[in-house]
Amino acid sequence: MGLTQSEFELICKLLDREPSYTELGMFAVMWSEHCGYKFSRPVLAYFKRYKEALEGEGFENAGVVEIGDGLGVTMKVESHNHPSAVEPYQGAATGVGGIIRDILTMGARPIASLNSLRFGPIRDGEGEQAVIERNRYLFEHVVSGIAGYGNCVGVPTVAGEVGFHPRYSGNPLVNAMCVGILRTDEITTAAASGEGNPVIYLGSATGKDGIHGATFASTELDEESESKRPNVQIGDPFAEKQLIEATLEALRTGAIVGIQDMGAAGLTCSTVEMSSKGSVGMNIDLDLVPMREDDMTGYELMLSESQERMLAVAEKGREHEVIDVFQKWGLKAAVIGYVTNDGILTVTRQGEVVAKVDPKLLTDHCPVYQSPMEEPLYYRNAASFDIGLVSQADPQGALLTLLGTPEIASKRWVYQQYDQHVQTQTALECGRGDAAVIAPRGTKKGIALKIDGNSRQTYLHPYFGGQLAVAEAARNVACTGAAPQAVTDGLNFGSPQSAHVYWQFNHAVKGIADAAEAMGTPVISGNVSFYNESDLGEVPPTPLIGMLGILEDAASRLPLVSSDPEASLLLVSVTDLGITHDGLGASAYLAYVAGQEDGHPVGPNLSGEVSLDKFLVEAAATKSILSAHDLSEGGIAVTLAEMAMEANLGIEVELNGSGFVYSERVDAKLFGELPGRVVVSVKAGQEDAVVLMAKSFGLAAQRLGKMSASGSLSIRVGDQSCSWSVSQLQEVFNTSIEKVVTHQNRIETAG
Amino acid sequence: MKVAVIRFPGSNCDQDAFHSLRDDIGVGAEYVWYEETSLDGFGAVFVPGGFSFGDYLRCGAMAARAPIMTEVARFAEEGRPVIGVCNGFQVLCETGLLPGALLLNESQKFVCKYVHLRAENRTSMWTQGVDKVIRIPVAHGEGRYVCDADTLKKLQDGEQIAFRYVDEAGTQSADANPNGSVENIAGVLNVKGNVLGLMPHPERATKNTLGSTDGLTILKALTMVGAGL
Repeated sequence: MGLTQSEFELICKLLDREPSYTELGMFAVMWSEHCGYKFSRPVLAYFKRYKEALEGEGFENAGVVEIGDGLGVTMKVESHNHPSAVEPYQGAATGVGGIIRDILTMGARPIASLNSLRFGPIRDGEGEQAVIERNRYLFEHVVSGIAGYGNCVGVPTVAGEVGFHPRYSGNPLVNAMCVGILRTDEITTAAASGEGNPVIYLGSATGKDGIHGATFASTELDEESESKRPNVQIGDPFAEKQLIEATLEALRTGAIVGIQDMGAAGLTCSTVEMSSKGSVGMNIDLDLVPMREDDMTGYELMLSESQERMLAVAEKGREHEVIDVFQKWGLKAAVIGYVTNDGILTVTRQGEVVAKVDPKLLTDHCPVYQSPMEEPLYYRNAASFDIGLVSQADPQGALLTLLGTPEIASKRWVYQQYDQHVQTQTALECGRGDAAVIAPRGTKKGIALKIDGNSRQTYLHPYFGGQLAVAEAARNVACTGAAPQAVTDGLNFGSPQSAHVYWQFNHAVKGIADAAEAMGTPVISGNVSFYNESDLGEVPPTPLIGMLGILEDAASRLPLVSSDPEASLLLVSVTDLGITHDGLGASAYLAYVAGQEDGHPVGPNLSGEVSLDKFLVEAAATKSILSAHDLSEGGIAVTLAEMAMEANLGIEVELNGSGFVYSERVDAKLFGELPGRVVVSVKAGQEDAVVLMAKSFGLAAQRLGKMSASGSLSIRVGDQSCSWSVSQLQEVFNTSIEKVVTHQNRIETAG
Repeated sequence: MKVAVIRFPGSNCDQDAFHSLRDDIGVGAEYVWYEETSLDGFGAVFVPGGFSFGDYLRCGAMAARAPIMTEVARFAEEGRPVIGVCNGFQVLCETGLLPGALLLNESQKFVCKYVHLRAENRTSMWTQGVDKVIRIPVAHGEGRYVCDADTLKKLQDGEQIAFRYVDEAGTQSADANPNGSVENIAGVLNVKGNVLGLMPHPERATKNTLGSTDGLTILKALTMVGAGL
């Protein structure tokens, strides 16, 4: 079941007897890394808000960001890596469903989904053919699963990212993020209370699927993993849609005291956590649980991860108000027990007690481990990487190579499969801005959303990688005109029991925490996924940052490029980038053009990043700029190319002057990845005013050139001139992924 | 005048339609649950998109047999306005109120993007306001319109083809067709012209923050119903 001998002994000691088989199963899931965070908890204490919540009132309010007008936003990321590795469609689908219920359980209406995906290479020739084909299969079916579930459930998928690296072959990463909106005076609690109050089971019936899913998530993948297909749950997005409407309607009755979704570990997790949080007990009669098959044992019922279920505690005597609502929506609703004041969770099946345990033993006594840490050799070696030994590539071909790399290429093939507009609140969709913008009904404000991570940078320098991920995600939402507010993180790593992995984890989390603190964007929720390993070794450290930004007026959101062919282009950047960095360490150019993953990335100037974000918010609000697009993978050349392609216009710029003295190398000026830089477009004639405005924020700003109707991207750097036809760039950028995927996906969707 | 927004389990564009009608078009709207049997007091019907009953059977097939649809059919027979969008279009085809059927997209994938439409019929209440190429989004997995040759001829002769997928300049082309529909058909009318079904979502293009207001050119027809037309 995934427990160690010493953990088993601890359980016997806590219970003062041997656990029953069902109890043992319950301990195994509650003490899995997935639920118990036994290796990550000490490191997560770097997150200030997390630490305060642990020590204080609990997480419910910690996870909500107030946006004014009596409204709050809540968001969370969750991984579904291992299920997706063995059953990509259902693994990804149920990942989306699970995180939607996490948001729903707060009393929030889910208004947006995002996702971040990682796969092994998908292009022929980038590895063994069988592996490439398996990667393509996983990629296509994960995307189909997200689409199939998300589209049907009626929550728009508004942003995301997809990355590729050989180390993800065999262990893809599938992280789903959901964002919800609620009235701050209506936040629900997951604590059970009130002796005699009925415990109500809500949603779909329980079957034998997904038993021990959480335990499965907490071990490495191996050849046996394929046999764990039955551990993967099956999603029913139609039931989830009904569950959303029914839950929100039932909450409005006021009869619900506490509610929690049945996610990992299903009935175990929900009954244990609700009792523990409320410091009460529960008597649960499993015979009353709606079942898909009658012959289920107590163990199976407690451990099943059947989807689309919730558990609620209602006020005694008002249970029918809740049950009626669920039945109207065609869902199961049954009283399966009641709250007790003895502090003991007692579970019976066919008259027999199968578990009788203090829920706090399961929630508060999970052992915590600190692994030894070891700084890996590659990290030290990367510090002395010498770019001087890398010869410069022809910029003409280098840009095409970068734009055609699946990592950078257009993800149009992916996001066109997602309904981005349902709920009619999407003010900026995939591909049009640096972040998505939602304009919720009932407020003038806009919500900007982004999920982002760079595993190459994090691998080569975990601390900077963590910081850079926060700084970039913040910069992305700021580019739409939104003030960055809060972070949710998805931390995907190998086994914490490997010393170098635990070192990566520790440094990356410290980087995220320090940047979040410095930038005033607290980490309000998150997820840890360890054991992302296969026969090929562990995945690169992949922390993902989900960022929330707020626009005072959704109508003033900025796209990544303006449609004005006369617009001028400016580079705005933090000032002390220094002249010691060429920005090529850990860069996409070095990886995909020179074929080397080496060097350290340039760390961010966090106070400079804060100033840059403030400038962008001010410039958008005052309509001083027409668009903003940040410089990230592939440097300014890729940024400008993306702008030209999106606008379907030409661009003429010169990369000279103070913003480009950081290196003598032409490739470093074009493709170097220095953080804290943004290209903005302004109406012709407004250049000086915007440069002055940037300077008033302590930033550097210079003219680059302008948009043009020429149909070419022309860049002059030093005495060298490069030019590409925009249609040629579009051809490479837009079709790179489409060309390699087959068209045999099943589609379980319509409407 | 009030518009009935029909609500099936699994409808997910019902709230969008409701708000678009009430907030952006300025007509009254009210949800009507699929088990209802009367449309008394309503001047028009909007059958919204989504995945009615999960669309686990053929799209729209379950919804077409819901109690309210008998009343919608009667309402349509009387020549009163009915619009079905996306899954709503599928439901209207399944009830026989509109000819033809909607099959899996040619790409075999769900497609969500902006498309351009040209109104072919220019006289019906739904299409007379559409005097230029409009840009509104689609989002569907099964939107490939098909019908037999006789039906197609009848549609053409009877000016029942409401909209075609075209490029920005208004030219019909294979590239402009997002799902492989026959003759680029995006929407059709019944013989009388009071029932419209279309795959693209006009209710998703009724205000500036959404990126297009072109949906208004179709849905504004409902304000004229209120004026007694």
